[in-house]
Amino acid sequence: MEIAVSENMKDFQRETTQGNDASTAPAGKSGRSAPVLSRVRRARESRRKFVQGFVFNLLRMAALINGIALVIILYFIFSRGYSAINWTFLSQPPTDSMTKGGILPCIVGTLSLGLGAILVALPVGVASAVYLNEYARPGKVLHMLRLGINNLAGVPSVVFGLFGLAFFVVYLKIGVSILAGCLTLAVLTLPVIIGSAEEALRAVPDTYREASLGLGATKWQTIYRVVLPAALPGILTGSILGISRAAGETAPIMFTAAVFFTPSMPSSIFDEVMALPYHIYVLATAGTEIEKTRHLQYGTAIVLIVLVMGLNLAAILYRAHLRRKRI
Amino acid sequence: MGDAVKIRIRHLNFYYGNFQALTGIDLDCPENKVTALIGPSGCGKSTLLRCLNRMNDLIPISRAEGEILLDGGNIYAPDVDVVSLRRRVGMVFQKPNPFPKTIFENVAYGLRVNGIKDRAFIEGRVVESLHQAALWDEVKDRLYESALGLSGGQQQRLCIARAMAVEPDVLLMDEPASALDPIATQKIEELIHQLRESYTIIIVTHNMQQAARVSDKTAFFYLGKLIEVGETDSLFTRPRLKQTEDYITGRFG
Repeated sequence: MEIAVSENMKDFQRETTQGNDASTAPAGKSGRSAPVLSRVRRARESRRKFVQGFVFNLLRMAALINGIALVIILYFIFSRGYSAINWTFLSQPPTDSMTKGGILPCIVGTLSLGLGAILVALPVGVASAVYLNEYARPGKVLHMLRLGINNLAGVPSVVFGLFGLAFFVVYLKIGVSILAGCLTLAVLTLPVIIGSAEEALRAVPDTYREASLGLGATKWQTIYRVVLPAALPGILTGSILGISRAAGETAPIMFTAAVFFTPSMPSSIFDEVMALPYHIYVLATAGTEIEKTRHLQYGTAIVLIVLVMGLNLAAILYRAHLRRKRI
Repeated sequence: MGDAVKIRIRHLNFYYGNFQALTGIDLDCPENKVTALIGPSGCGKSTLLRCLNRMNDLIPISRAEGEILLDGGNIYAPDVDVVSLRRRVGMVFQKPNPFPKTIFENVAYGLRVNGIKDRAFIEGRVVESLHQAALWDEVKDRLYESALGLSGGQQQRLCIARAMAVEPDVLLMDEPASALDPIATQKIEELIHQLRESYTIIIVTHNMQQAARVSDKTAFFYLGKLIEVGETDSLFTRPRLKQTEDYITGRFG
């Protein structure tokens, strides 16, 4: 304090303006030895510029690697599989021990598994997220629940497959079926949906909640009429991204829903189905003529990738649409 | 004119955990008058305001002692329904916070959550409230557009309309003009002048001139205590305490 005051006195003598606090003292000082400082500053400036450019390029490379990886994968698969893609491939069941014909049952199977999984996982996931974010009081119970959900997200998908087999297929006696597969995929996706829904709920400003409660709305009315609609774009995109990820999984469905080959289309949710990821796995490892079906394997991969990317694109477009509407 | 007391605060203590935010507050807010709460940041005036509709209940570690009587009934009594209390005591917040809905739905919201389904009635109340909030002429052609497209000042008047639509007895305003430009502020102040005839208004403000312009009664708070309270005219011209005088003349804090 004493020092600051005496600095100020000096400043006061030199410049006529007077500083009221210590923070003006260094500003006064730097004016004293201008030439020396400016040389130092220039050197420092060029080094800062170099570091800035270096870091920027490093970050750009990291981002580029991402894009390049995607392009390589897509090129690899498309260049080997495009010859398999035609109308028959998309509209017919496999024939001749799966060396000819199409993959329609697999497309139908994967779509119904994905749809069923989201029908189960979305309500449960959103309800959990609402409870965790809006109702639960911070404390040990909440902490344990969060820990559990985070750990669920880290469980390998094959473990979900075995769980689905043991619990849904055997214990609940559902049998290998679309239903058992949907439930297994739903459990697999739950942590993702809960996570993205919680994030979306947290992003809803508290001022909305206060305004609603201040008008005499109950907590549930506030959640249902204000908070959930505001969080909906985030919840839906997160959920669709989660489900499109799950739709590409092989392990969870190979014990619970998918079969090697079935000549007929599923007629109820208790039927077994063929599915795209499992079909690729079967063609590539267990067929009698693996080499002969190479292009069919890649063709199936193309269909799966296009399906998943289409889902993601739809999610992104829908979010953009909701954001634009803003109502 | 007999000053009927709308809200009577008696020996109110308020705590956030171990921190005592309000100490022994006694204050009467007269009916159909504007009561201004002034004081430096952190003095407890917003906390007091949020006690009046029990908005502080949302903070888990908070606790209130004492009484707040609204028309003679203690709002902290155990049998009080907080939801219906908040319908009687409306609130306008510091930052305009319209819902991401249409202008119409924003105003209709309070009616809908209170179970009113009659469309004609809702429409009537919406139009009336927008008129009361001096916003009707600016929004009558865009009632079904998003409220987020309005300017800050319009949004705040929309929030006032939204609060008035449920016909509360009391309107709490937490620095309602602090985020607005001078012209929008002036409109809000004019609005407060008009609303005084039908509502009991309690307003928190950092702006001395605003308190002097809009209020009938002013209460000065410091460090969680009520320092001085009186008719606005006399408090601003002849404050009894040196501390009050220092604050309202800007020599303080």
